[in-house]
Amino acid sequence: MEPLKQHKGLVYPLNRSNVDTDQIIPKQFLKRIERQGFGQFLFYNWRFDDDGSPRGDFSLNSPKYDGASVLAGGENFGCGSSREHAPWAIQDYGFRVVIAPSFADIFYNNCFKNGILPIQLPKPVVDQLMEKAEAEAYEVAVDLEAQTIDGGGFEVAFDIQPYHKEMLLNGWDEIAVTLTYEDKIDQFEEKQKGVKTLGIS
Amino acid sequence: MSQPKTIVEKIWDQHVVHEEEGKPNLLYIDLHLVHEVTSPQAFEGLRMSGRKVRRPDRTFATMDHNVPTIHRNVIKDEVSKKQMETLETNCKEFGVRLADINHPDQGIVHVIGPELGLTQPGKTIVCGDSHTSTHGAFGALAFGIGTSEVEHVLATQSLWQAKPKTLQVHVEGVLGTGVTAKDLILAIIGRYGVRFGTGHVIEYTGEAVRNLTMEERMTVCNMSIEAGARAGLISPDETTVEYLRGKRYVPEGEDFEEVKEQWLSLASDEGAEYDQTLTIHADEIEPQVTWGTNPSQCVPVGGRVPDPEQVEDDRDGIERAIDYMGLEANQAIESIPVEHVFIGSCTNSRLSDLRRAAEIVRGGRVHEGVRALVVPGSKSVKDAAEAEGLDTIFLTAGFEWRDAGCSMCLAMNDDIVPPGERCASTSNRNFEGRQGNGARTHLVSPEMAAAAALEGRFVDVRKYASTVGG
Ligand code: SF4
Repeated sequence: MEPLKQHKGLVYPLNRSNVDTDQIIPKQFLKRIERQGFGQFLFYNWRFDDDGSPRGDFSLNSPKYDGASVLAGGENFGCGSSREHAPWAIQDYGFRVVIAPSFADIFYNNCFKNGILPIQLPKPVVDQLMEKAEAEAYEVAVDLEAQTIDGGGFEVAFDIQPYHKEMLLNGWDEIAVTLTYEDKIDQFEEKQKGVKTLGIS
Repeated sequence: MSQPKTIVEKIWDQHVVHEEEGKPNLLYIDLHLVHEVTSPQAFEGLRMSGRKVRRPDRTFATMDHNVPTIHRNVIKDEVSKKQMETLETNCKEFGVRLADINHPDQGIVHVIGPELGLTQPGKTIVCGDSHTSTHGAFGALAFGIGTSEVEHVLATQSLWQAKPKTLQVHVEGVLGTGVTAKDLILAIIGRYGVRFGTGHVIEYTGEAVRNLTMEERMTVCNMSIEAGARAGLISPDETTVEYLRGKRYVPEGEDFEEVKEQWLSLASDEGAEYDQTLTIHADEIEPQVTWGTNPSQCVPVGGRVPDPEQVEDDRDGIERAIDYMGLEANQAIESIPVEHVFIGSCTNSRLSDLRRAAEIVRGGRVHEGVRALVVPGSKSVKDAAEAEGLDTIFLTAGFEWRDAGCSMCLAMNDDIVPPGERCASTSNRNFEGRQGNGARTHLVSPEMAAAAALEGRFVDVRKYASTVGG
């Protein structure tokens, strides 16, 4: 996974609450067996008409947000299905940071596995970011090490669990990390031996 | 006596492999359920890094999301076919047991786990699917994970997890006649919203919950994720034990008596403390219908679509939902016509669901212009239903009777609601486009769906008083 230490980018405001993973990536695109290439389907039903032409009424289609890499969303962002295709689509489209007043748990977790930094901030702060990004091309600089967002004229700090932070900063392969604890897993299983309810065979 | 504990704390403490300051716990996973949609990239990841499945004996796979529910042997959709074949190849290569499309154990992953007795109290259970919370009905700690975590569990049989907070939802009193487990969970989400459970594991307690059968408990726990919860569960009791007795992967004879005691001892202790408690009264709950585009947007069937002018919160969201759903503010729910009816999904596709729907349907006729589908949750539910003639009741009334799968719950196969059309559905998500691009979903109980099929609109199922029991 690509590490993420600092990121500077254009903000795209998506001022809707409960943006669910069916919206982020509709199910017709979940049949692919690859991890890449989902960006073209991001917010598909909002972005495109039935005949596949871009819809004028969806702001992400506006040239103003070309190249945006910071997504600002509403409450409960990423709720619904556990599909990791959602963060894959967000990442593949070019977003590296998602800011929202609250996230659904599974989506939040999935972000870290894919080099995306989800940042939870109080709603008034997110609203302020959105307002600025709606008004003009608006860039922010995110510093994960320092846990700050510099929005040109205002700066906010954000919280993140140390474990998540380390993962992103180092771009770790989590499985490789876990395998350094393999002896512990072995010991645990050793203790469990003879538990009658566990095996399937 | 030691400190009273909740079931969540007990299961958690039994599964911590490693603990360290500043890190989540490394939690052991007892059972990993796998399906075709969220696993291909995980197996591919293993292959690329030369890793194995650590415990194939604790991993079980099936095909459900994508499978056709009709003409099963000709899968026209090449991409779907490839996804199913990929699962087959992966299971073979990594030694994972698979109930494929033609296997007698095939079905929706959250229906077959309990049915086979793979789901048991006290287990930690994961699956690359958010409705894994269903298995919590047995007093298991069961939660949905993403594909990277699927790969992680395949490789290590463990996960890094922060200890969740606990939330007790206490349901006092008894549910009225014609009011189901589905109405209970919809009413809870209707009252507290789609994110009151975030960061928490919900434990459902109280008289109304104790009175539920296992299949009803599964309906309730299934939708915990719609409240944003990490998981939802119910402490095991005699109902749990009796359901599991004799199931294939459950120990027998004396061994059963032994594990039974262990299971019962997992129940939350008297006086255990929760981070939060909410109390609701079962007798106030009525049959529910969702009018909007998330499960909290529901009202009793006798109610009306809200008026955005009259609400304070999220006015835009409500307006957008009403608009998407093609409804009017203040419209009576009973005036809403339906074109499709779907009885199925991991929420409501078990034998008892089909029985209760069939009771309403018996002797009736599907309303003109309505297309109604019954999709049993598993091959074994289908067989059992046919053995007691439920298929005949549905078919005679004009329903279609299909093979097992997720089907119109998420419309990944050909079972799709066309744009702008409306469906009374026993599934769990009424999100925009969930049942097809532009499709309009109303979530209801199997009884309410059956009644809507006969009448071509929503009606209060309690008017079928003689058939709804109680
Ligand atoms: S029935 Fe629906 S909710 Fe359940 S597992 Fe299948 S797609 Fe998911």
